[in-house]
Amino acid sequence: MKWNRRHVLDTDDWSRDEIETVLDQTRAMIEILQRPIRRAPPLRGRTVILFFAESSTRTRVSFELAAKALSADVTNITASGSSVEKGESLYDTVRTLQALGGDVVVMRHASSGAPYFVAQRTDAAVINAGDGWHAHPTQGLLDAYTLRDAVGDLEGRRVVIVGDVLHSRVARSDINTLLPLGARITLSGPPTLIPLAWRCGQLPPGVTYESDLDRALDGADAVIALRLQRERQESGLLPSLREYSRVWGLTADRVARMRPGAPVMHPGPMNEGIEIDASVAHGTRSLIETQVTNGVAVRMALLYLLAARAGPPGPLEERA
Amino acid sequence: MKFDRRAFEAKGYLVVPGFIDLHAHLREPGFEDSETIETGRRAALRGGFTTICAMPNTEPAIDSPGLLKELLARGKTVDGARVRYVAAITRGRKGRELADMVELAAAGAIAFSDDGSPVEDSHLFRSALEYARVTGRPVIEHAQDLALSAKGVMHEGSVSARLGLPGMPAAAEESAVARDIALARMTGANLHLTHLSTAGSIELVRRAKADGVPVTCDVTPHHLAMTDEWVAGSRALAWEVEDEALLAVPYDSSTKVNPPLRGRADVRALWAGLVDGTVDAIATDHAPHASVKKDVEFDQAAFGISGLETALALVLGGVGVHWAALGTVIDALTLGPARVLGSDLPRDDWAVIDRDVEWVVRADELASKGKNTPLIGRTLTGRVVATVVDGELRYEGAARVAEAVNGR
Repeated sequence: MKWNRRHVLDTDDWSRDEIETVLDQTRAMIEILQRPIRRAPPLRGRTVILFFAESSTRTRVSFELAAKALSADVTNITASGSSVEKGESLYDTVRTLQALGGDVVVMRHASSGAPYFVAQRTDAAVINAGDGWHAHPTQGLLDAYTLRDAVGDLEGRRVVIVGDVLHSRVARSDINTLLPLGARITLSGPPTLIPLAWRCGQLPPGVTYESDLDRALDGADAVIALRLQRERQESGLLPSLREYSRVWGLTADRVARMRPGAPVMHPGPMNEGIEIDASVAHGTRSLIETQVTNGVAVRMALLYLLAARAGPPGPLEERA
Repeated sequence: MKFDRRAFEAKGYLVVPGFIDLHAHLREPGFEDSETIETGRRAALRGGFTTICAMPNTEPAIDSPGLLKELLARGKTVDGARVRYVAAITRGRKGRELADMVELAAAGAIAFSDDGSPVEDSHLFRSALEYARVTGRPVIEHAQDLALSAKGVMHEGSVSARLGLPGMPAAAEESAVARDIALARMTGANLHLTHLSTAGSIELVRRAKADGVPVTCDVTPHHLAMTDEWVAGSRALAWEVEDEALLAVPYDSSTKVNPPLRGRADVRALWAGLVDGTVDAIATDHAPHASVKKDVEFDQAAFGISGLETALALVLGGVGVHWAALGTVIDALTLGPARVLGSDLPRDDWAVIDRDVEWVVRADELASKGKNTPLIGRTLTGRVVATVVDGELRYEGAARVAEAVNGR
């Protein structure tokens, strides 16, 4: 096996082989999800703790379905109703997690780097389900899977990522995951929402910045629109949401500039009418719902691979 | 014990004047879980510092002659390095009203600073400089445009972009330095800019000095030796090549400091400033923190590096690769800070240095309560083996020193 990770914290140091191992495993998981009974036994007896210190329904439910489809026991520590909101420190939470003895901790946290803090202090495998602006590895992997499934080999393909790159863990993970697969990336968006260093050319090889979205989209093979937080206007980073949507919103006309049939993606939840037009979001090129479906399979693949590392997992087929 | 200089020199140790630290945080009163005057003074001795200037960002802040006098009296009761106190510029360090600066100077304040924060209000800062001029004491300014550094937790650059951490741009320091220099030029007061960290700041000071503006500045050992890559897990000193074996976990809050660790070009500019005399002093900005303030998420952690006990080894590293001469850095630790304070070197303060000894930085061997340094576990070269205050041997480290004394 080419995959021997103890945690999934960031894909920034993953090789192409490691990424492809996860994507191949994802394909096997999609087969399980297509069965009449969407359940396999390999994680029977293992415990997955979902620790979401920042609210998220979609990702949490996706992980929960993934863990249950593999027959793991799943328990939740969420922000609301847990002591995180009462001012308990992350350090205390980690000690509790350690004492509870879960096999895998899936965590979402508002602070960049928080999963490293937890991984250093627990015996459980840690999966980063999104930390601050830093990384969202499972989103990167599910986007890579979805893209490859739609357009084939990513070698030499050009993917546009448009929007609030500065504050986006999705953008960082998409870059880290798509680059090793051979894709080239064009970032587009308002200058205030792209890191200054990246606009000044200190970009990873294979990534470019083009402020003009029309030009960025010309002949592109796919586009990923990022969610725009409405607070950005109040904090002086944007003149107005109206202007943003005119200049950097994905419209049908803009999408038509891409290669024929090139897909449109979005990590959700969408602000329809701001970063993406409803007609594009629900149009024929949209893979947005496929992303959600594939997300469950990618998370199953990672849980399976992590469990396999900790000890032989059960079979993927129920024995007769 | 009386100091026998020749016994140490006979063993090949280097004996230099005791170091003067323009910038240390002793945390007492108010934050005794992070440091006390006693532990801070002991840590200073281990670093070769015989005089340390304590910053007033305590609780309460050192903004009244009464508190200052009490602290000076407290300092007499324990052993260690000599402590001088920097008094607050504004009442409670709130940046709204001036503290009683003339009375504070009379009570023994050696300088004025609201360190930890700049004096944002330029009008008030002008008044502070006018008053400082009357007292003859320097104003030590922490130059930072707070609106521009905003919620930043590290240097803004390609590393912060990669790590997804809010950045503090170099311009947040440089624009404040430019303002401060303009006000020093206007008032003629002695302005000392502390912990400068960017190439642009050094260039501004260089030009101001050439114009005759009464400005001085210091840089810290950590800004001379570490880059923003340390936040991403690097543990290669600025003059070393990146070493995979030394990689630490990223987002270690011990690398979180204000001003933040900067880029490589900035580090080189600080050394160039030392060499050409733009930089007057090396000051530690020793900022000890109890583990509860650091053992948290990176963006929640307190700013600061515990630096008194590793300062010498870091700057000797740069000497070892010829970024500066030995005499230059020793001057920056002794004569330079003395001049900033307008005083002479104490006549019988000494630091005894073993330039070649390799040692590992261990948390439980630091005298400071603050174990918050990213150097824990690293091997450094060069260490203080003995420290002398007023002719009295107050610190003597390790067996090699005992042997030196006995073997004469």
